Amino acid sequence: MTQTVPGAPEVSTAPAAGSDDVPEIEPRVPRSWWRLIVLAVGALVFLFPFYYMIVGSLQRTTNTALSGVIPWPGNLTLHNYGQINAALSLGKALLNSAIFTGGVLLGTLVFGVLAGYALAQLHFRGRGLVFAFMLLLLMVPFQLLIIPLYVLIVRDYGLGDSYLGMIAPFAINSTAVFIFRQFFLHLPKELFDAARIDGASELRVLTRVALPLVRPALLTAMLLTFIGPWNEFLWPLLITKQQSMQPLTVALANYISTVSGVATNPYGAIMAGAVVLAVPVVVLVIVFQRHFVSVNIGSAVKG
Amino acid sequence: MTSIASRRPKLPPLEGELRPGARQARAQRLVRAALGRHPIGMLFSAPYAFFIAVLFAYPLGLAVWISFHRYFFAAPGVSVPRPYVGLANYQAVLDDPAVRQAFLNIAIFMVINVPLTVMLSLLLATALNAVIPFRAFFRTSFFVPYVTASVATVGVWLFMFSSGGIVSNVLGPLAPHPSWLINEQWAMPSIAIYVTWKGLGIFILLYLAALQTVPKELYEAAEVDGASWWHRFRSVTVPGVRQVTTLVTLLAVITGANLFTEPYLLTGGGGPNGKSTSPVLQIYETGIEQNHPDFASALGVILVVGVLAIVGIQQLVQRRQA
Repeated sequence: MTQTVPGAPEVSTAPAAGSDDVPEIEPRVPRSWWRLIVLAVGALVFLFPFYYMIVGSLQRTTNTALSGVIPWPGNLTLHNYGQINAALSLGKALLNSAIFTGGVLLGTLVFGVLAGYALAQLHFRGRGLVFAFMLLLLMVPFQLLIIPLYVLIVRDYGLGDSYLGMIAPFAINSTAVFIFRQFFLHLPKELFDAARIDGASELRVLTRVALPLVRPALLTAMLLTFIGPWNEFLWPLLITKQQSMQPLTVALANYISTVSGVATNPYGAIMAGAVVLAVPVVVLVIVFQRHFVSVNIGSAVKG
Repeated sequence: MTSIASRRPKLPPLEGELRPGARQARAQRLVRAALGRHPIGMLFSAPYAFFIAVLFAYPLGLAVWISFHRYFFAAPGVSVPRPYVGLANYQAVLDDPAVRQAFLNIAIFMVINVPLTVMLSLLLATALNAVIPFRAFFRTSFFVPYVTASVATVGVWLFMFSSGGIVSNVLGPLAPHPSWLINEQWAMPSIAIYVTWKGLGIFILLYLAALQTVPKELYEAAEVDGASWWHRFRSVTVPGVRQVTTLVTLLAVITGANLFTEPYLLTGGGGPNGKSTSPVLQIYETGIEQNHPDFASALGVILVVGVLAIVGIQQLVQRRQA
């Protein structure tokens, strides 16, 4: 190993293969083979379960031997999707997930942007208090509020089995507010002062000056906000008793823990449900992958 | 406004009376002193402040209140006495062997999860931090488990790690018996490994961002000095990404305190024999299923105080080091 990858500084003429192409200014051959091996093994470990999910969802009879990794043409069927659809009424579960997620996105986009802008660019009484509570909220795990929230929303306000009750605790995503604040903070103050001197109202300054400048960041924050409620399990589990109100996460989890025992091919149906649950988010991530850039998220976290 | 005032013929200022412009300026100063330079900010942040008050601060206070009282869910409209019981609920929580097991379990979780996450994400981020083919593909593939619903990925892990699953079939006699998820020794490590796998993507991105801020000159200087690969890694890379490492540790504490879906689904309700139960699962079971919200609230308060204490100590240590 040490012979093939000499760390010694005198390797400046780059004697390895392909050295003709290397310009003289670059004294070292890019030795990326170890990187590629590490990354390929990593990608295999990360992606195999997803591949196996799809293959499992298409198998007529579950094959858990190593040969089951290959989708044998004779053993392929879409029957599992029909089975999970019959058990969960997939369409209704997807609609519930969509309404839950849509409500959170709307609340965060409207009220979260307003709050993020105010916290970053405006001086007003109580700003420090709101900011301090936001940080506290980010630190206290949501799971610890489930009992009082259950008492309030289900018992006191009778909002069990309702979309409002499902959305309420997530209505404004504090991580997104924090990200909005970070991005508005980095915009030059002079820009806003100029607009204000021209007589623009604060709302106009926000929508016409600030928002267009942070549009890419806005998309990143909305993508991150989408993932939360779409994947959320514990809260909708608490608040929905009727199956017709359950988002897909809860419906599928109930299927996993109860119904699957009596189904003919339980894992096939579970994998089919998992594929349906995973596909929207995975597609979003692939389509918008350049918005999940490290720099964006990094600057949102640094602070 | 001021232009109109200045256009008026100048009058000698009267004793004890301010000119209208000056009065207005004083009023403005008063408003600023009372409400800040941009009072409209209060309006902008009002919905969020309302959200925080109603759905965070009040529930947080309610949790503390419930934890000091005898509290259970009665039929709607029935008023029941909820007497103050002091620290009785806290006593009951601390005496409960299931709760102790749950805290022990998240300690095991952290001992496995933190080093594994730090090492693997730093390794993969270092490998990604160069011009290499398929870079976008690799980055995205590491991120996919992080963004996928736990319920979906837990489903596949159940499929793979159950008794007759592919992992046991491939490993043959090397696989533990009883199988991973129903084995008292392996249940919690299985959860820790699953969570590491699922969360690694975000830490790779964070480390990658940190690596890109480490000045290249430092590596070049170290190389000129004849430092080995390992030496460069230890004296340049590791200090350069220390902030992220701290963050990883903190987030692992919070993740451990939050564990619910994994023990609920992956190991069938914290089994076997509670060897993979978690505090939040205990909160759910005692508070909602067994109708002891007072006990569950006390457990929640202990958990919050514990997490905040760890975060606080960590911040203090970091500030002292800086």
